[in-house]
Amino acid sequence: MTITNSKTNWSVRKTLPRFFQYLLLSVVVILVLTPVVMLVFAGLKTRGEFITQPYSVPIPPRWDNLINILREPTFWQMLRNSLLVMLATTGGVVIVCSLAAFVFARMEFRAKGLAFNLFTLGLMFPINIAILPVYFVLRQMDLIDNLWGVIFVQTAFQLSGNILILRGFFASIPAELQDAAYIDGCTAFGFFWRILLPLARPALASVAALTMIVSWNDLLVPLVVLNSDKLYTLPLGTMQFQGQYGADLARVSAFVALSAIPTIIFYILAERQIVSGLTAGAVKG
Amino acid sequence: MPTVPAIPDILKLKRGSGSPRRLQENLTIVLFLLPALVLFLIFVIYPISQSIYYSLFNWKGFGPAVDFIGLDNFKNILTDKAFLMALKNGLFIIGFSLVFQLPLSMLLAVMVARELPGRALFRTIFFMPYVLSEVITAIIWLFLFNPDPERGLINAILALFPGAEAQPWLSNPDTVMLAIFAALTWKYFGFHMLLYLTGLQNIPSEIEEAGRMDGANSFQNFFYITLPLLSSTIRTSVYISVLGSLQQFILIWIMTKGGPVNASETLATYMYRFGFVRFQLGYGSAVAIYMFLICLTFSLIYLRLTRRPDHLSGL
Repeated sequence: MTITNSKTNWSVRKTLPRFFQYLLLSVVVILVLTPVVMLVFAGLKTRGEFITQPYSVPIPPRWDNLINILREPTFWQMLRNSLLVMLATTGGVVIVCSLAAFVFARMEFRAKGLAFNLFTLGLMFPINIAILPVYFVLRQMDLIDNLWGVIFVQTAFQLSGNILILRGFFASIPAELQDAAYIDGCTAFGFFWRILLPLARPALASVAALTMIVSWNDLLVPLVVLNSDKLYTLPLGTMQFQGQYGADLARVSAFVALSAIPTIIFYILAERQIVSGLTAGAVKG
Repeated sequence: MPTVPAIPDILKLKRGSGSPRRLQENLTIVLFLLPALVLFLIFVIYPISQSIYYSLFNWKGFGPAVDFIGLDNFKNILTDKAFLMALKNGLFIIGFSLVFQLPLSMLLAVMVARELPGRALFRTIFFMPYVLSEVITAIIWLFLFNPDPERGLINAILALFPGAEAQPWLSNPDTVMLAIFAALTWKYFGFHMLLYLTGLQNIPSEIEEAGRMDGANSFQNFFYITLPLLSSTIRTSVYISVLGSLQQFILIWIMTKGGPVNASETLATYMYRFGFVRFQLGYGSAVAIYMFLICLTFSLIYLRLTRRPDHLSGL
């Protein structure tokens, strides 16, 4: 009797909190998803439909706004520019950071501490603060209105954090491996290229995924550097589009929803890498 | 025993200075560090020195800076009401984040961390806004806050309640920061939740079980065992949140441009206005230096007070 009693007690004690847990989590899910769902709904309506029924489910969906945007070359041009900047920045960050992180994790030289501290100083000086001074330098170097200007600046401001992440990872690879490689006649570069990098593939993937997101979403640097619409990246183009057609909410919604699709696809594919990169950067470093 | 010392010999050869091996190593160090160093010096360090120089001039950006005014820019900034408003708004975002956003993230992390069926899906959904760009976030929330209930969802929902009236959220100086804070929370709570989740996963479940065995209830377990073990994660999350709050730019610039009448000005929007809209580059540089000093001072004090927190990435 007492046994069954305590059993039912136990299951009530377990299910009741669980019910509230799901209730609260579902409320948060609704709060998180509603803005995005409303955006997609608005994007699938005509201007007239949006004015008469702004919040209804778009049945049947109107693809006119989407098709009109996709038919214009501007959207594809922005997509192309964003892709170019993202790929170049990510490639640059992965290569440059792993080279430097290798030296900091695995080699001894004078002024090593000083050099490393110099890079960590970069953490104190994020791009949101530095943008004005950086603009002066780009102007002096004639890199204004040039995608290279965006690429260089994005790469430079991703160095500090990613060198830190990769250094931590490289340092965790046992020293015996390096000694063994050297005894077998491997050069420092040979060890780096043939042993360390293959072992570090997960860390490199995290750094790459994170850099891709940061570069793809960046608005500030393109906003300051680029002037001609031909070079606009997707975030910059989205902002411009909103300024131009702000009154036609359905049309702007369609554009914003379209520009969100690549990010969401990438997020679903690379969630693990993004998450582990972020937490490695913030928790371990 | 000629075979035994062979290995130390080789190791010595590797470390001996002047040997070809050493030379090669030095060359490797230089070549490997060079790209990072060059990029960093040109695009991070050099701009800092430039802005210190220009901050001493009244300079509109055309021709060389010649109108030297000493520290006048720095003095003028401190007496500008808009700058003080920016500081106040920075503190507002920091305060609200620490009191509402981070505890909410912690609550959700604790809920999702337990063996809850479907937790991976919750995690994926909660983190999604963080991955969307600030431009997209800003435009979405601009629409939601539209003052016309026929266009903005938030006012449409408000209008359903008797007695509640539609508000011009973003053009009322009293509500604009709250509205912006809502958008910021929507975007960033998932990131902090994720940090806490990682921290929670690093706590061995035996410790919490031991607490339960000793008769601690869930609340005691959380406040006396879990929370203290999470302290280093919390320190990191607070640090990132404070620095991020001080530097808010894109979201606010798109939603309100710092308005109405500076009511949602932040340090970054203030700097952008003077640097890129009014082209008072000397003045803007001085603002940048203030921002840098504020963040640096906070970092140094915070790191000192909390001992060494585990490191911080350049997010």
